[in-house]
Amino acid sequence: MKRLVTALFLIVATVSTAEPRAVAIRNARIVTVSGPAIAKGTVVVRNGVIDAVGENVAIPAGAFVVEGEGLTVYPGLIDALSTLGLGGASAAAAPTGASGRGGRGTQTTTVTTTVPATPAAPAAAATRSMGPEDRPQTTSWEMAADEISPSDSRIPNVRGAGVTTAVTFPTRGIFGGQGAIIDLITGEKPGEMVVVPAAGQYIAISRGSGFGGGMGAGFPSSLMGNIAYIRQIYLDAGHYQAAKEAYEKDPRGAARPAYDRALEGVLASKRILLPANRVVEIDRILRLAAELKQPTILYGLLEAYRPEAAELLKKSGTPVLLSLKWPELPREIDPDNEPTMRSLEAIDKAPSGAAALKKAGVRFALYSDGLEQPRDLQRAVKKAIDAGLSREDAIRALTLSPAEIYGVADKLGSIEKGKIGNLVVTRGDLFDDHTQVVWTIVEGRHYKPVETGPAGGRGAATEEPGGDR
Amino acid sequence: MRRLLLAGLVALAPLGAETIVIQNATIMTVSKGTIKNGSVVVRDGKIVDVGEKVMIPEGATRIDAAGQYVIPGIIDCHSHIAVDGSVNEGSVSVSSMVDIKDVINPEDIAIYRALAGGVTTANILHGSANPIGGRTIVLKMRWGKDAQSMIFEGAKPGIKFALGENPKRSGNPQGGRGETTTAARYPATRMGVEDVIREAFNQAKIYKAAWDEYNAKVARGDHPLPPRRDLKLEALKEVLEGNRYVHAHCYRADEILMLIRVADEMGFKIRTFQHVLEGYKVAKEIAAHGAGGSTFSDWWSYKVEAFDAIPYNAALMAKAGIVVSVNSDDAEQMRHLNIEAAKSMKYGGMSETEALAMVTLNPAKQLGIDNRVGSIETGKDADLVIYDKYPLSDYAKVQKVLIDGTVYFDRDKAIAEQAAKDAGKQKLLDKLKQQNQTQQPTGGRRGGRGGESL
Repeated sequence: MKRLVTALFLIVATVSTAEPRAVAIRNARIVTVSGPAIAKGTVVVRNGVIDAVGENVAIPAGAFVVEGEGLTVYPGLIDALSTLGLGGASAAAAPTGASGRGGRGTQTTTVTTTVPATPAAPAAAATRSMGPEDRPQTTSWEMAADEISPSDSRIPNVRGAGVTTAVTFPTRGIFGGQGAIIDLITGEKPGEMVVVPAAGQYIAISRGSGFGGGMGAGFPSSLMGNIAYIRQIYLDAGHYQAAKEAYEKDPRGAARPAYDRALEGVLASKRILLPANRVVEIDRILRLAAELKQPTILYGLLEAYRPEAAELLKKSGTPVLLSLKWPELPREIDPDNEPTMRSLEAIDKAPSGAAALKKAGVRFALYSDGLEQPRDLQRAVKKAIDAGLSREDAIRALTLSPAEIYGVADKLGSIEKGKIGNLVVTRGDLFDDHTQVVWTIVEGRHYKPVETGPAGGRGAATEEPGGDR
Repeated sequence: MRRLLLAGLVALAPLGAETIVIQNATIMTVSKGTIKNGSVVVRDGKIVDVGEKVMIPEGATRIDAAGQYVIPGIIDCHSHIAVDGSVNEGSVSVSSMVDIKDVINPEDIAIYRALAGGVTTANILHGSANPIGGRTIVLKMRWGKDAQSMIFEGAKPGIKFALGENPKRSGNPQGGRGETTTAARYPATRMGVEDVIREAFNQAKIYKAAWDEYNAKVARGDHPLPPRRDLKLEALKEVLEGNRYVHAHCYRADEILMLIRVADEMGFKIRTFQHVLEGYKVAKEIAAHGAGGSTFSDWWSYKVEAFDAIPYNAALMAKAGIVVSVNSDDAEQMRHLNIEAAKSMKYGGMSETEALAMVTLNPAKQLGIDNRVGSIETGKDADLVIYDKYPLSDYAKVQKVLIDGTVYFDRDKAIAEQAAKDAGKQKLLDKLKQQNQTQQPTGGRRGGRGGESL
């Protein structure tokens, strides 16, 4: 019986491969995000592009028509920071840091274990860095766009939550490479998924821990080492660029600067993503970003709810990506290692961070941080709404806001004529407890959500045995 | 009009600008003797008057310290608190590219606890895993302020060096012998430590020469391509130029002499020898070099190179003319440095003032900040500690701590607030536990955040 059900789902999932050239949803409520909602109207997507939206819109002949009575249409959701399509994509450099990847810092380590959004990177002693000039942790030249795997099993899952677009990054090492903005169409040539091939450089920073440091992956093994590493890379990139320019201007008699792909990759990135969760980190990383003189997006933002955080961000004008993976109280509390007041506060207030950023006028987007089950994502956004974020702002933080932050609001993020035809059609308000995603439309292709069992569909590749080195 | 202007100025004055008078106390100035039944007047964060009789400005906040003692804020010349992440960049033998300044954690509770032990300033050092370690920074314990506001303005930055067991062992789980899972890190011997330091300074000299040449060309009006900036060598260039203090972790007499020889040869000065448990054996040589000694009171035998330590070390080094401080190297020990100093009154017969100076004026001298802190004198920063009893005694408890004239610790207030804080935390914990029970379990979620975090 179970097998039969699975087979049925497979059929449903593949139904959409023969595409009519047009899709229309009529008599539905349309939440355009960029403008006022339309109480009853029609959206037509033709050749992958939004062709018309409004109360009185003609439906082209031969279109796949969705009767929208009782349904709502939203722009397709954008996951502003993910690794979708990159599951086990390529050989990895050594993982960073002695304490395993991620973690929120000492104050909350008692509260959470960490699940990185990153596919497991095999620890490789062979790539141990022997010093600051040896940089196995920089693969800045790598392009996510060139490594997309359309068969990533996570894609149908998140599409079922209404996600049509992901900004996906290689997250190995410190300078992982450039991310790409991809539309979640499957069964195609990987390149067809790519909307923007160079969305910026993902930079990871790990803490290191304890007094020892230095075993394992080599330099850098500490937080201060990570920061020095990043600072030196940008000093080197600046020097490299100046040396190349001087050589081009007058090569005769001058030493030819050696080609350096690590620095080329850094120079080619038009923005960087840097992690910051606690207020202390936000302060620290904003200072670093100012020093590096790079357009920066911060990600993580656990303590966005604290007034100091919003103040710092407002002052710097830096946009942020707020993780939807809210901290939780552990089932068992170790009496010898009780959570601090600060970490309890974080558990209590983290979901109110989005509302706080909104109120302060900080540009922000929400990102899944590896939440792949539609109901988990839905529940996480609902928590932010319950903690004070308006529904409209929640939707914007997953559509138009990330599009603006990545400079693609002319293509994505709202239901407007001419934009890419990414839509999600729901029964009930998006992010309500019992909302049902009826169709997800990506570039005009319509997908029925796949059914996911309690443990099913979750790619094992997303789990990393943390800190086992 | 003039009155209006004045009113404006008063309104704009920062919080620390309050005028405070501490009255009726025994004031141990450290630099100018002890005043029985005296007062200290504080304005705009500075000490403006000290003595038996002082002018009390109108509107001053009075702190009645009758029967109590006032000493200068305690200065710890060797601490590792307030650091985010590992205190060691232990992957390399020379880690002078890393900087404690980048990883200050102003929310480390150890800061508040140090404050409660009378510490107002601390030298925050990189660990001792490397012959040449990371850059260091002097902080004031301004609890509640952000990282940048904790930095001691204008204090010369330093760098950590380390000799002996720690740097030669670190990275070499088998002492550099046999098959290791990770590549062994040079050096594995004391000879190697010396070589690493000498070699690093040879490189730094080449680096310095390149920059000197570049600067000379620029001065001539040329526009050459600047040399590549190397963060590792930049810090050592600053050492060579006298713009960065060397704080060298050491134990044995032979390696202390080794570093003095290397420093003389390379042309730099060692500002302080840290731990320096065998300092008493080579005190003459340390004094001749002009280095300070920052040692433990009576902590020894925790490893082989600490076997020859004696509690008379501080007193013997001081007798040889060395500026000596007693440090903590430890968040707990940091909270009772007054007692650590007092031990030298028993072991070595130091006077009360000499002992107290080892945790106030002497570390200030070692850190080059004695023009600002370390004693109770007119014009110095109002960093003050009020004890209820004689401070060089186990029975003394810190009552209030002022930094820049602002009260950062108040024992009575702290005790009064504690019950409410505990209750608030318990209430929140109960609420979260309750939520945990009512919430559906979220399948597959394990919490955590961000691909990466700090």
